[in-house]
Amino acid sequence: MTNLFNYIDRPSPIHRLTGACKLVCLITWSLAAMTSFYTPLLCVLTVAALILFRVARLRLKDISFMVGIMLVYILMNNVLIFLFSPTHGTTLYGTQTVLFRIAGPYVVTAEQLFYHFNVILKNACTIPIVLLFVCTTNPSEFAASLNRIGVSYRVSYAVALALRYIPDIQREFRDISLAQQARGTEMSKKASLVSRLKAASSILIPLILSSMERIETISNAMELRGFGKGKKRTWYSGRRFSKLDLLAMAVCVGLMLLSLALTYFNGGRYYNPFV
Amino acid sequence: MEKETIISFENFGFQYTAQAEPTLYDINLQIHKGEKILIAGPSGCGKSTLAHCINGLVPNSYPGKTTGALTIGGKNALELGLFGLSKIVGTVLQDSDSQFIGLTVAEDIAFALENDCVPTGEMHQQVERIAELVDVKQVLGHAPHEISGGQKQRVGLGGVMVSDVDVLLFDEPLANLDPATGKQAIVLIDEIQKRTGCAVIIIEHRLEDVLYRPVDRVVLMGDGRIVYDGSPDDLLCQNLLQERGIREPLYVTALKYAGVALTPEMRPSFLPELKLSEDQKAQVFAWFARQPAVKPTPNPEVLLRAEDIDFTYEGGHHALRGINAVIHKGEMLSIVGTNGAGKSTFSKVICGFEKPQSGILELNGQDLGALSIKERADHIGYVMQNPNQMISKTQIYDEVALGLRNRGVPEEEIRPRVEQTLKICGLYPFRNWPVSALSYGQKKRVTIASILVLKPEMILLDEPTAGQDLKHYTEIMDFLSELNRQGVTVVLITHDMHLMLEYTPRAIVFHAGKVIADMSAAQVLNSPEIVEAAHLKETSLYHLAGLCGISDPEEFTRRFIARDREVRV
Repeated sequence: MTNLFNYIDRPSPIHRLTGACKLVCLITWSLAAMTSFYTPLLCVLTVAALILFRVARLRLKDISFMVGIMLVYILMNNVLIFLFSPTHGTTLYGTQTVLFRIAGPYVVTAEQLFYHFNVILKNACTIPIVLLFVCTTNPSEFAASLNRIGVSYRVSYAVALALRYIPDIQREFRDISLAQQARGTEMSKKASLVSRLKAASSILIPLILSSMERIETISNAMELRGFGKGKKRTWYSGRRFSKLDLLAMAVCVGLMLLSLALTYFNGGRYYNPFV
Repeated sequence: MEKETIISFENFGFQYTAQAEPTLYDINLQIHKGEKILIAGPSGCGKSTLAHCINGLVPNSYPGKTTGALTIGGKNALELGLFGLSKIVGTVLQDSDSQFIGLTVAEDIAFALENDCVPTGEMHQQVERIAELVDVKQVLGHAPHEISGGQKQRVGLGGVMVSDVDVLLFDEPLANLDPATGKQAIVLIDEIQKRTGCAVIIIEHRLEDVLYRPVDRVVLMGDGRIVYDGSPDDLLCQNLLQERGIREPLYVTALKYAGVALTPEMRPSFLPELKLSEDQKAQVFAWFARQPAVKPTPNPEVLLRAEDIDFTYEGGHHALRGINAVIHKGEMLSIVGTNGAGKSTFSKVICGFEKPQSGILELNGQDLGALSIKERADHIGYVMQNPNQMISKTQIYDEVALGLRNRGVPEEEIRPRVEQTLKICGLYPFRNWPVSALSYGQKKRVTIASILVLKPEMILLDEPTAGQDLKHYTEIMDFLSELNRQGVTVVLITHDMHLMLEYTPRAIVFHAGKVIADMSAAQVLNSPEIVEAAHLKETSLYHLAGLCGISDPEEFTRRFIARDREVRV
């Protein structure tokens, strides 16, 4: 069963960082990458992300499934950009260096290719960091981290509970689906789309009903043990920030500021090699 | 010595906002510090509502109107509120799986402390201490699905003990446990009570199982009132339990059948200390000799044959190791064993939900390997434990008709088949009702009807009576026996020893992916090695037979069951 949080326990400095620190780093890093099209910065971030990946002792095969999905996403993203606005790069950079023509409005320009290169770089420097966060953060620490950065503990715990119940609900979904198939509900590709949608509803109703039961029990269990009584709560898996945490956060916040500063001083988000 | 009262109901009554009639009337009940009390009663008698009043879910989560007074720890329970009460009363819920809140054992135990804003360092120490007390220290870092049912219950107990409560409230603690684990749970509750001096309240209808360790008092409820409040010994000398639809301990029933006059001095509530005079023993022996011998049923033709079935889950769990088993035509059979012994996997393999890596499965001599889930379902029906997991239509008629419609049966043929099935299942009067208006037991029947309508040769039921009281249990089981008499082969996957003994002549016992026994139910329960390995529980009849010098406890059990069924029908 593929889990959303694919925590892989290995001894590494990245694993030792607290969840809250990693969350702050993830957010600032992504902001830095998102706001900027400054190519040198993106290159640096990408290389740094790949190095961090090595530091965390993650192997490609641990995450091959997720990497696959991400690559498909990047490909789709670029194809769609080209299909819908093949001259976006020209507009951005203000010049047009035609490499070759395909047909109609579809012209391949150096500007457009450079723009695509930037888009890919942006993905390439963010995605490893997201995967890094997902694979090195103990799910137990996640709710505590959210709460640490200011999210209300009720919301944080809701997220933790979702993580706790995803495997249960997956199992239940499978059981219900099998029992429905036994009664002749066709779920395979043999059936038409409409009848497959109908079939899906025959699984969803029991799944929702039994989940409601579950929710009632769990909310009772939580209240009976005092959940929601105070404005604050502590966390068993909460940890204090170490020096390394503070350092990591400082670097990431610095990167974000650098990215913002570059945007500001260069008079725009785009690094333009064409003029 | 006058003990301090911790819980006191005075002329207490309660009515849910959504209901026309009160659920509790005139409750007068005192519970003292350090006392151990069993609250018993059939489904719908108000025992769960009473428990919810004690832990504050009533009226905080389930609103309604209270009358009279309820004082807990010297204060008015209504003023204490849910959170105030949670400091005094710790509740262990029935379903130890869904009350597991944390992602790991340690976090779950720590949950109440987290809500009390206990600093992390101190919290770790307290969790260690509690984990030691309930013996889950080795699994502190484990996720809920990595530990056993018994361990989950220990964690549940630890999670409430961490708040230093004065009262431990157990809501049907045995409902989801196999017999041996249930026995351990009762021992654990007893030990914890002795060590901490907490008052313990156990809500349960499985009286005999709770009485495995002595209790101070039994409170029997019926129709929202307390109908008995006193020593368990006195209670067992009367016929109140049977009148209220609660099963007596089997040995007590057997003694009554034998005509032994019970007195509290004989200590009937605690089998190890039961005192029988020589005359009384002779009485039991004579009764045994008078009962007609039970004829073994002849072996009919083979319906399903499993040969060397081997199955390993994707993750590498080797769930079935060379299973050989035969199910006969028209038979009623139990499959028993611990959680994870392979019994559910075996039923999934039969239904085609899982494909075994090797082995042969034949139905009427025809290989099942090539048949899809849907095709197998024409011969073998599968009924899940929780009816809410099966019902997908809002109308009863549509729900039962679903399987036929999916198979493209013409509508004019569907109607008579559905109606006939509804009649067999006693649901015909409700045919135009919405499913949501039915009780749990009736929903269960709807799911059985929706399978029966496909006319399978065999139906396979997962825990058909889980969580049912004696009345509903008898209803469901008698209905299944009736189906069985009409020729349907019925296979039950169960934890319930009494069900196995009473309704199924033969039992297949699974243990660690293997079949370790295939014999009569009475034989299984009278074989200590099998009982031990498969986490079953020997019946108290075995013990009684020994006490009375009956050398064939198996036959004693069989004759008792035969007699008991005559009496109850």
